This record gives sequence, structure tokens and C-alpha cells, in this order.
Amino acid sequence: MNVLGGILAWFADPTHWSGADGVPVRVAEHLGYCLLATAVATLIALPLGVILGHTGKGGSLAINVSNAGRAIPTFGIVLLAFLVAGAGLLPITVALVLLAIPPILTNTYVAVRGIDRELRDAAEGMGMYGWQVVRQLEVPMAMPLIMAGVRTSAVQVVATATLAAYVTLGGLGRYIFDGLGQRVYAEVAAGAILVAILALAVEFGLSKLQTAVTARGLRSTQRDDPLAAKATAAPA
Amino acid sequence: MIHAAGVVAQVVDTEWIGRHLDDVRTYTLEHLLLTGLAVGIGFVVAFPVALLVQRYPRLYGPVLGLAGVLFTIPSLALFVGIIPFTGIGIATPLTPLVVYTLLILVRNTVEGLRSVPSDVVEAAEAMGYSRRRRLLRVELPLATPVIIAGLRIATVSTIGLVTITVLIGWGGVGRFFLDGFARRFATPLLLGIALSVLLSVVADFSLLALQRLATPWARGRR
Repeated sequence: MNVLGGILAWFADPTHWSGADGVPVRVAEHLGYCLLATAVATLIALPLGVILGHTGKGGSLAINVSNAGRAIPTFGIVLLAFLVAGAGLLPITVALVLLAIPPILTNTYVAVRGIDRELRDAAEGMGMYGWQVVRQLEVPMAMPLIMAGVRTSAVQVVATATLAAYVTLGGLGRYIFDGLGQRVYAEVAAGAILVAILALAVEFGLSKLQTAVTARGLRSTQRDDPLAAKATAAPA
Repeated sequence: MIHAAGVVAQVVDTEWIGRHLDDVRTYTLEHLLLTGLAVGIGFVVAFPVALLVQRYPRLYGPVLGLAGVLFTIPSLALFVGIIPFTGIGIATPLTPLVVYTLLILVRNTVEGLRSVPSDVVEAAEAMGYSRRRRLLRVELPLATPVIIAGLRIATVSTIGLVTITVLIGWGGVGRFFLDGFARRFATPLLLGIALSVLLSVVADFSLLALQRLATPWARGRR
């Protein structure tokens, strides 16, 4: 009861909602790190996955490397990147990008590879060039699964971006680490709750985006993520 | 090659590692203990839940929905957030680790049981197998590869998560991270990362070998 009361009191305190250490600023910082990392990871993993899926060459190797990447401990990478690059956005971004690439790459490759041969043949029969097949058939067909990968990555990134606070940055991790340092557990728990809410909100928002970017003809038969079980990597 | 070896020798202080082999052993054992307990307890809890879900399919949606929501809670938040309830004993790192394995294990065990072809189940029924015997002799053996796939994901995830527990006084090989960070010294950090990846790879291959042993009938096929 004491613990719950402390958490409620923390949220009720108006000083926690304004200024540089207020919830709105921390949420904005947190989302900023996540947006940057997820965008960079998508820019790397999406084209790579499409190329590998389209050509069918080196795909399984890339997927194995990508799956092995899940074993890399993110916290260690953040600290190592901090030692090498110093303070700033780089350490946390590098670590989050490494974390975010595997689900997007795997899903994109599997989705493009799994497109019906007959559809490809039909597209070619209609006179489409290679890149037209990619742009007008493969990417739209693969979109639901690609977005499922982006969602998995984004939720993990939101949870893991708490580590940014450990290397002098802001974000919601500030509450967790500051609270831990000063043994104010209500603040720690408040930070934890805020991160969980943000992760759920991102998951919800991206599921809406997923529907929006899915071709209308595919929406009713939206495939669920067949790799879902595999895509749930370590929530760090 | 010689050049590369020279660079590694510059970055990695092998002499330091040589002087800390005792730590390597202690931390690795702690890592294995936490991982083994978490996956073991997770499996003991997840297995009956999965059987229940298989028996009463109406539970499928709610159980997996709850699992999905729990999965979005950041591990660091959970590790730190339960300290007021669990103190600083082994229950603090172990409880969140078990929770995360549960989500993976329940889903894969249910999916494994569901992947058993219905005609095989019907054939067993027609042969007069009781529900219990059908489960033990037909469904579970056929579901074994998917169940072990779940164990592999859960184990690799847990090995990664254990390194985070260094922030609450545990950590396994993750203990090297804070040591290296505090002294701005890259060798322990690289050592911790390498050991963590190595443990994951070894655990993954061991479970794959276990799967081969447990499903001798599948060996002929690729």
C-alpha cells in the first residue's frame, strides 16, 4: 500500500509535470531517441531485406547473422560505444539500431521471399522491369509483415532507450536511474510505468499505421506475423 | 592478419584477462545459474498453462493477449520496479526473467501442440487412445521441435537479459560491463560482450542437439 501510495503521490505532484525534468520533456526526449534509431534501422534493414528477398541470394546467411545479432547484450554495446565515442547521441543510437535491425530484416526478407511465384510471373508477363516488380508488387505485398517487424523493433527500442540515461542523456530512464541512485523507489516505479505506457502507445500507434500503409486489397486478409514467436527477442 | 592481431592486442589487454580468470569462472557460473533457474521455472509453469489453453481453446486469446502486454514492460523497469516487493535476494533478478520466459514458452508450446496435424490426432483417437495417452504418445512428441524452438528463444533472450541485472547487483558476465565502464577500460566490456554472445551460441547449439536427440524420427529428413 505504501509503495502504491508513493507512486500515486509522485504522479500527483505538479512539479513532476513541468520544466526540463518534467514528464512531457522526458517523454519527448525518449521518443526522439527511439524515432532516430528506428528510422536508421529501417533505412538499413528494409532495402537490404528487399534486395535479399528479391534476388534470393545470400538470404539465409543474412538471416542467420541477423538472428545471432539478437544475442548481443545491448547494455554492453551502449557502454562500449560510450567509451569509444564519448557523450552524445551516438552510443545509444548505435546500440538501439543494432537491436532494431534483426526483426525488420528478417521479416522483410521472409515476406518478399514468400510472395507467390505466380504473382511475380504475372507481373513480369505484364512487362514490368525488375525494379517495377519490387516497387509495385513485392513491397506492397510484403508491407504487413514488414510493419510487424518495425513494430516489434520499435517496442523493444522504446523499452531499451531507458539505458540512454545511463550514459548522460535524458529520456524516461532518467527517473529510473535517478530514483535508483537516491533510493526513491516511487520515482523508479513511476519511470517504469511511463515507459510501459509509452511502449503500449507506440505498439498501438504503429498497428494503426500498419493498417494505413497496407494496400486496401490486402487489409481484410491481413496475415499475422508468422515469425512472431521468433521475432520476440530479448526485451532489454 | 598480423596487423589485425596487433590491433586486437592494443585494444584488448590480454594480460588483464589472464589475471581475472577467476572472475570469468564465477560470473559465468552465476550467469548459467540465473539462466537455468529462469528457463527451468518458466518451463515448469508454462507447460501446464499451455496444456490448459490447448484443452480449453477459448483461453487462447486472453492468455496470449496478456502475455503480449506483459512483454512490452521494459526489463530494466521490471527489475528495478520489483525491488520494494522482493528485496535484494535472488528473487529480484529471477522474477522478471521467469516472466519473460513464460511469454515465449507458453506461446511456443501452444503453437507446437496446435501444429500437430488433426488427421494424426483423429487416427490416434480411432485407435482407442485415451486423451492422456494421445497427449503423451502422439501430440507431445510431434510438438517437441516447436517446444524446443521456444526453449531456444527463451534461453538466448534470458542470457541477454541477465547482463542487465548488473544494475540491481547481479549480472553474471554483465558484471564486467560496470567494471569496464567505471574505469573507462574497454577490455572488461569487450570480454563481457564476448562471453555473453558465446554463452548464447553454446546454449542454442546444445538445445538444438537436445532436439535432435529427442526426435530421432526426424533425423533422416533434412
